[in-house]
Amino acid sequence: MHAVYIARRFLVFLLIVWLAATLNFFLPKLSGQDPVRTKLLEEASLGGYVHAGIDTMVKEYQKRFGLDKPLWRQYLTYLDDMAHGDLNYSIANYPRTVVGMIGEALPWTVGLLGVTTIFSFAVGTILGALLAWPRAPRWMRWLMPPLWALHAIPFFLLGLVLSWLFAFRFQWLPIFGGYSAGANPAWNWGFVLDVLRHAILPALSIVLVSVGGWALAMRGMMVTTMGEDYVTFAEAKGLRSATIFSRYCLRNAILPQTTGLALALGQILSGAVLVEAIFGYPGIGALLFQAIEENDFFLIQGIVFTVIVALGFATFVLDVVYPWLDPRIAYNRS
Amino acid sequence: MAGYLRRNPALVFGLALLGFLGLFMVVGALTVDTGNAQPLSAPALQPPSWDYPFGTDRQGRDLLAVMVAGTPLTLRIGFIAGFLGVGVGSLFAFTAAYYRGRIDTVIRSIADIGLTIPQLLVLIIIAVSLKGSLTVNQMAIIIASLAWLSPTRTIRAQVLSLRERGYVEVARLNGMSGPEIIFRELMPNLLPFLAATLVGSVSAAILASVGLEVLGLGPVEAPTLGMTLYWVNFNAAIINGWWWWWTAPLVVIVTVFLGLFFVTVGLDEIANPRLRRSA
Repeated sequence: MHAVYIARRFLVFLLIVWLAATLNFFLPKLSGQDPVRTKLLEEASLGGYVHAGIDTMVKEYQKRFGLDKPLWRQYLTYLDDMAHGDLNYSIANYPRTVVGMIGEALPWTVGLLGVTTIFSFAVGTILGALLAWPRAPRWMRWLMPPLWALHAIPFFLLGLVLSWLFAFRFQWLPIFGGYSAGANPAWNWGFVLDVLRHAILPALSIVLVSVGGWALAMRGMMVTTMGEDYVTFAEAKGLRSATIFSRYCLRNAILPQTTGLALALGQILSGAVLVEAIFGYPGIGALLFQAIEENDFFLIQGIVFTVIVALGFATFVLDVVYPWLDPRIAYNRS
Repeated sequence: MAGYLRRNPALVFGLALLGFLGLFMVVGALTVDTGNAQPLSAPALQPPSWDYPFGTDRQGRDLLAVMVAGTPLTLRIGFIAGFLGVGVGSLFAFTAAYYRGRIDTVIRSIADIGLTIPQLLVLIIIAVSLKGSLTVNQMAIIIASLAWLSPTRTIRAQVLSLRERGYVEVARLNGMSGPEIIFRELMPNLLPFLAATLVGSVSAAILASVGLEVLGLGPVEAPTLGMTLYWVNFNAAIINGWWWWWTAPLVVIVTVFLGLFFVTVGLDEIANPRLRRSA
């Protein structure tokens, strides 16, 4: 039973990968532009005059890149390249490959997003559960309005305010980049501390906003769960308050919360892209920003594809872990 | 009415914020020359003063004029995309949830899989492919192309539970047709929920548009709020200490998001009275 469930989820993951590749292939074709002609005209105008034989040149290059073949053949070739992890060369930074550039940026983003997402999910969930619990300290009620307000603001706007406050006004923390300009990237304490110092502000702008969202969602689920009959029954049995809180309420309310995590990954990532762009943090988001500035189409495509695949995989992992949290899922599937 | 509003402070607060913003736009449109939102219409980089209450930016735009001209543009993107998204989304959601069967499987799968893909990235690919400078309306259409996914999913879930109610059964036994039941029985009962979904979609669309604009994929000539932030980032206004340049758009955008968010919370409370227990 479990194997069928996992296989089905994996199929969905493959579907997402295929969808990402297909969107990447067909969306640019919709605009009806000819990238070879555009590039050649661009180069020619840089040289000062347009060659007479440019049409022949366009034809020649199209043949070389396989662009003279029918669309479905191009599509299959493209899918084949994607399956082999060949994301082409960067246009603006030739001869660097797109895969190489993404490979350099990816650890930064995975580190930043991994830590901030897990941290804010854990803190927000516990906070939300306590907010709904009648026996929680009274001062916690005052946390609600600021959490609501923060939750409604995009990550990067908070980032702007934080960077002005802590990097410009007080000058406590660096304002830009992933490490100091002169630092030598190596595994020693000095460099690690330097990287951490640079990560504080981007991380804080993600955490402060997300904690509010998780706390609000969890509080809503807790309120619903606490109204269930089995909680009333547990109270009637005279169970300890702490047991009811953790084993009866929290345990059940956390299930939709985890589903929410799988659904929110995309949004978190979109927000983080902008945070990285604002802070010049050397991850995927800043690379994407740079690619857009430099009009590096292959790099943009490669990043979009990689990120969609990575997120699809993360969702797949969450899906596989989920039945372990909620045993009903794996067995009750029709 | 007044008594109810007292019990629903979130709605009042949200409406007050949006009303304040509306007042700013109307009074601004009547008193401020929005032509000054174009570059070179004022001395560059003036901090706020009597002549330029919000200051001016590096290209010589009067930031008060930029806010007066840009706020309605940004809201327009949000409302066009939000309405289209919820309109198309409800159509799919009601069809899927009322008729079930194969059409439901197809619509649900598309929405579920589409939602695991981060929308901003797909929007980036679309915007980059179209090239050239976009107009504000084109931007709204691009965002609307994905804005129906999330409403489809949430509205479908609501309709699923509603269609099992007794009065729907009675309507069916009375010989009402499918579309009739959808429009005369189901939709009126979901109106508060649809309204909350609409406000949420408008907010999401504005967020997406601001995101695209900050990355430099917006309407370059239009003085929208997101484009203003793009120029802020482009000119490194924070490091240079030009605080007034980003304060104005920041305050306006935060007001928009907070207003829409609290209206959603308030509408949710109307749509789902069970939440009142927790208040």
